[in-house]
Amino acid sequence: MEKLKKPDDLEALRKSLIEAYDLNKTRVRICMTGCRAYGAIEIRDALKAELEKLGLTDKIEVVETGCHGFCAVAPVMVVEPQGIFYHSMKVEDVPEIVSETLVKGNIIDRLVYESPITGEKFPYEKDVPFYKDQVKVVFRNCGKINPRDIMEYIARDGYSAMAKSYFSMKPEEVIETVKASGLRGRGGAGFPAGMKWGFARAAKGDKKYIICNADEGDPGAFMDRAVLEGDPHTVLEGMLIAAYAIGADEAYIYVRAEYPIAVEHVKLAVKQAEELGLLGDNILGSGVSLQIHVKEGAGAFVCGEETALMASIEGRRGMPNMRPPFPANSGLWKKPTNINNVETFANVAPIILKGAEWYASMGTERSKGTKAFALAGKVNHTGLIEVPMGITLRKIVFDIGGGIPDGKEFKAVQIGGPSGGCLPSQHLDVPIDYDSLVAAGAIVGSGGMIVMDEETCMVDTARYFMNFVQSESCGKCVPCRVGTRRMLEILTRITEGKGKESDFDVLAEIAASVKVSSLCALGQTAPNPVLSTIRYFRDEYESHITDSCCTAHVCTELFEFRIDAEKCTGCGLCKKNCPQECISGDRRKPHEIDPELCIKCGVCFEVCPFDAVLKTHEHLYKKRLSAVEAL
Amino acid sequence: METAEKLNETQLDLTKLDKMFEDFEEGNESLLIPLLQAAQELYGYLSVPVLERIAKYLHIPLSRVYGVATFFAQFRFKPTGRNIVRICRGTACHVRGSKNIQEALERALKIKAGDVTPDLKFGLETVACLGTCFLAPVMMINESYYGKLTTKKMQDILKQY
Repeated sequence: MEKLKKPDDLEALRKSLIEAYDLNKTRVRICMTGCRAYGAIEIRDALKAELEKLGLTDKIEVVETGCHGFCAVAPVMVVEPQGIFYHSMKVEDVPEIVSETLVKGNIIDRLVYESPITGEKFPYEKDVPFYKDQVKVVFRNCGKINPRDIMEYIARDGYSAMAKSYFSMKPEEVIETVKASGLRGRGGAGFPAGMKWGFARAAKGDKKYIICNADEGDPGAFMDRAVLEGDPHTVLEGMLIAAYAIGADEAYIYVRAEYPIAVEHVKLAVKQAEELGLLGDNILGSGVSLQIHVKEGAGAFVCGEETALMASIEGRRGMPNMRPPFPANSGLWKKPTNINNVETFANVAPIILKGAEWYASMGTERSKGTKAFALAGKVNHTGLIEVPMGITLRKIVFDIGGGIPDGKEFKAVQIGGPSGGCLPSQHLDVPIDYDSLVAAGAIVGSGGMIVMDEETCMVDTARYFMNFVQSESCGKCVPCRVGTRRMLEILTRITEGKGKESDFDVLAEIAASVKVSSLCALGQTAPNPVLSTIRYFRDEYESHITDSCCTAHVCTELFEFRIDAEKCTGCGLCKKNCPQECISGDRRKPHEIDPELCIKCGVCFEVCPFDAVLKTHEHLYKKRLSAVEAL
Repeated sequence: METAEKLNETQLDLTKLDKMFEDFEEGNESLLIPLLQAAQELYGYLSVPVLERIAKYLHIPLSRVYGVATFFAQFRFKPTGRNIVRICRGTACHVRGSKNIQEALERALKIKAGDVTPDLKFGLETVACLGTCFLAPVMMINESYYGKLTTKKMQDILKQY
């Protein structure tokens, strides 16, 4: 393919692609990213082999797409033009899918989505409750196109926003449009993107850089991964527009090495865009040039912080630097640099194309547009969602998310990862936007949303996050390095039943110092999970401290496994599987666990077919109570 | 373990580095991390002789190479097992009991996370998040994902290797 030399070439190419695209052709869109873990590759191969066998390869096309979002029921596929949605298919289902659905258009009932609550069936993608309340801007192409083929992106308006900005807008107008759209940085801090671009444009210097932060490190967040895997060109286009706006000619994408498919797709996208002349020198004859390098991160959470990320690109340890100077003035190699996150860049092309008003019409007063969230944890529909800002948590957890599995009770949602907080049920109706979440003690953050039920211990959750931040602290500044360690020690002590009433005050005091005096956001926000859990779940802390009980039965020192003699049939399965050999009992007689030897691995609980193994804190509680009384 | 390490050390074919260096500009220190990644890809881990060669090639002190290599979680300094087991410790996995799975793995393989079995068959690592939260709790063995784990299921999976 020859390079495109002017905007008309791009339009002509798009026109020819659209004309060649037969809307009525049968297509199977199958997720080839996240669903791989559930055998999507084997299904694709079987599908292709079956089509080959029946001589249907000309009539029926298999489109290998990125993530569709509904990961809970993986693998997923959609049959077009009807829009039939199938999930959890097995290789054995493939011949029937071909003969019944692809050839005859009949729906196979057992592959159709059925609501776990009402039992209602939804054969068409557009009706499935998981998708119904979503608004897709960032994910507009994810799951729709083959991310490995730039032509599919071009056919769907790809790179037309770039051409529009290069040929009909001044850089200042681009910045004004992004400002007017209200787009705020999606990486976590929520700083207005247009303003950031404005600073970098105003900065003096003939050499400027753009960086795309794709070092998605929050545990429980995978939105950026999905965008890079499923629609990498939208990120490149956003970067190309930003480069024009601020006057940069070189850019980096800093992507986690733990995301091999994302790395592969981004590199491929850069190569294809270069080959078409949509990236490189004098793009479409506009005089704008941009070179994009892909850098793989080497596994350090702190590199999500912009100054640490730049240090790592420069080949140094990923440690943050004091700001100011801000990267906009002195960034990569001390040159003006604009850093945005993947999702922020993915929003740019639609904003330029459809206008700031369109984007600002979605969302709330101060938080515009949509936001992608990774919904996971104790929720029926785990997966990736994109919703307008201002939607309530209740809608996300119970409508889109399909509620809590196994009839358990909702306890909290953890939002914003290690920098965020846990919101309890009284906050289910809070509109999700940057400001309301901060007021409630959490943050939008990058978009990880972990649902927790009655079996999640909030003290353990706080300890988990503190352990994470403590081990990821780069060690440069004392408040973060030492403060997180001290807080972790206290939390660990509490989860072991050795807490003291004074721990609340000490935690609050350390938290306050770490928050105000840490060098970067990692430390400044590290106390948030602790503070929000104390704020809303103080009773759980208290029962750990005063009663030595973990009512959620998570903290192993604070509960016991026991066998219910009435339910136990004496089958011996627990005894057989116990790694400690601490279960005794004759066949067909109730068994017993020796609490002194038990390491609480939970194998007996897991394998018992009669639910006779129980977790309980009553005995421990009584034991401690009598010990206190004896005193 | 000790002997296995020594064995590998003496077997290191440092000439392979020369070929690797061809793709990297000499003296360009911003290439340090990509070089370390390439070297680890080549040998499976980073050893002192390899770090020395990299320092020399980039014209920077060995201390800086060592500082960067030890800073990032991706780099390891001893040979790992033929099969790398990575247990995800992300939030979604944590609330679904990945700590139990990790402990069961440590018992089954008789090593702690970060170590290698004496026969070099398995290396056990933890990972902050695999980004496959819908599979929680999840582990990876080499390139394969194993999700919705129970300790029992994990043991059956280990037997396949």
